[in-house]
Amino acid sequence: MNASDVVTVASSVLLVLGSLLTLIAAIGVTRFPDLLARMHAATKPQVLGLVLMMTGLALSLGDSQLGWKLTLVVLFQLITAPVSAHMVGRAGYRTGKVRSDLLVVDELTEDLRAAREETDREQAGR
Amino acid sequence: MSVGVLITCGVLLTAAAILAMSRVERGPSMLDRIVAIDVMVAAIIGCLTILSAWTGRSDLVPVLMVLALVGFVGSVTLARFAAAEPEEERRILTPEEIAEADAKVRAELEEES
Amino acid sequence: MRVSGSRKWLEKIPMVLWLTVLWVLFWGDLSLANVLAGALIGLFVMTVMPMPRIGFEGRVSFIGTAILLGKFAVDVLLASVQVARQALRFGHDPHGAVIRVPLRSHSDLYLTLTAVLCSLVPGSIIVEAHRLSGTLYVHVLDVPAAGGIAKAKADVLAQERRVLYALATDADIAEAGLPPRPWKRGRTDGPDPTTAVGPSGPAGDDQAVTR
Repeated sequence: MNASDVVTVASSVLLVLGSLLTLIAAIGVTRFPDLLARMHAATKPQVLGLVLMMTGLALSLGDSQLGWKLTLVVLFQLITAPVSAHMVGRAGYRTGKVRSDLLVVDELTEDLRAAREETDREQAGR
Repeated sequence: MSVGVLITCGVLLTAAAILAMSRVERGPSMLDRIVAIDVMVAAIIGCLTILSAWTGRSDLVPVLMVLALVGFVGSVTLARFAAAEPEEERRILTPEEIAEADAKVRAELEEES
Repeated sequence: MRVSGSRKWLEKIPMVLWLTVLWVLFWGDLSLANVLAGALIGLFVMTVMPMPRIGFEGRVSFIGTAILLGKFAVDVLLASVQVARQALRFGHDPHGAVIRVPLRSHSDLYLTLTAVLCSLVPGSIIVEAHRLSGTLYVHVLDVPAAGGIAKAKADVLAQERRVLYALATDADIAEAGLPPRPWKRGRTDGPDPTTAVGPSGPAGDDQAVTR
């Protein structure tokens, strides 16, 4: 087995693993009971899956110029994934799509209620 | 890259896309659909990666870059304008319901004319 | 507070450098023409679309950054496996929780960085960040898998500690109530060779940016 065989096998393994992680993300999104849990499944294995697939592709194409571009793909994903996850999570909370009954502890709802009572009291006192 | 790897990855990614699509259809809220569409984009990125590795086409790499960069714009936009949705509006209507609503609108139009 | 013109230009240099690096990566070819074009475009972008100033006053510690990135990579790997296992455990629904974590530092930059890193590590998502009180609300996918609520909170705080050790000044670290960087304890005499940017270095106290 020479060096190019090793590279081919390594890139194949990485590509299959990356595809598997994407499938697991999809299974999680289909199966999990509430929005926040689905977001975990959607955003997380995706990041690792993308890293694996880009590494596999870089090995398979074997070109250092493309390697840098693929690094950029991963970098962009790392920068943008938290933004969309945070926006969706916050919007879910603000529009009441989070099922508080599925959570063991929900300190945000507690705090929001406390803050609302506070403003109510202030308005009543005026 | 062997044919076996191509087929394995293809099957895994297709299954992922189908599952994500089923969540897009079921909802129940707009945000669930956004999350599912994110997974869909991930599956599309995966397919392009496999295609690029199989054919050796390096011109697909910029497409990957663009997808990774703008994939989140849609979700952020929709999340920004997400509103509380009534229970009844959280699903796609069945063909019968669409026909019913359609008939109702038509009847109203005829009454007016 | 007015800042003199030359100081204003100095502040733009890191951003222009970053844009140049992006441009060179984009073309995948380190040539003089690419670097020049990247720097020109970076300057143009910074002039036409100026960014709000974040007032970074920290000092970068190489050991701290290395620890931060290394731990982050390990976390992503381990926690991806954990979330994947959750997704594949059919018939078992995860028991999530939303926990409140008051951070110890009071800087937008450290709050943002901690939030981003926590979001990327599977098993936790930032649901809401309250800027005035420096509080993060974190959703944990499965409380038993995360080792209990106390452990989940400690993990977020540990992430914040690593961010501070990587980027903050000694004063900021002390203000947050944390011990000074462990690898610097007992070596306060003389300049530290391990941190490249010391108090007398280019990003040290003499360049501390006013907000």
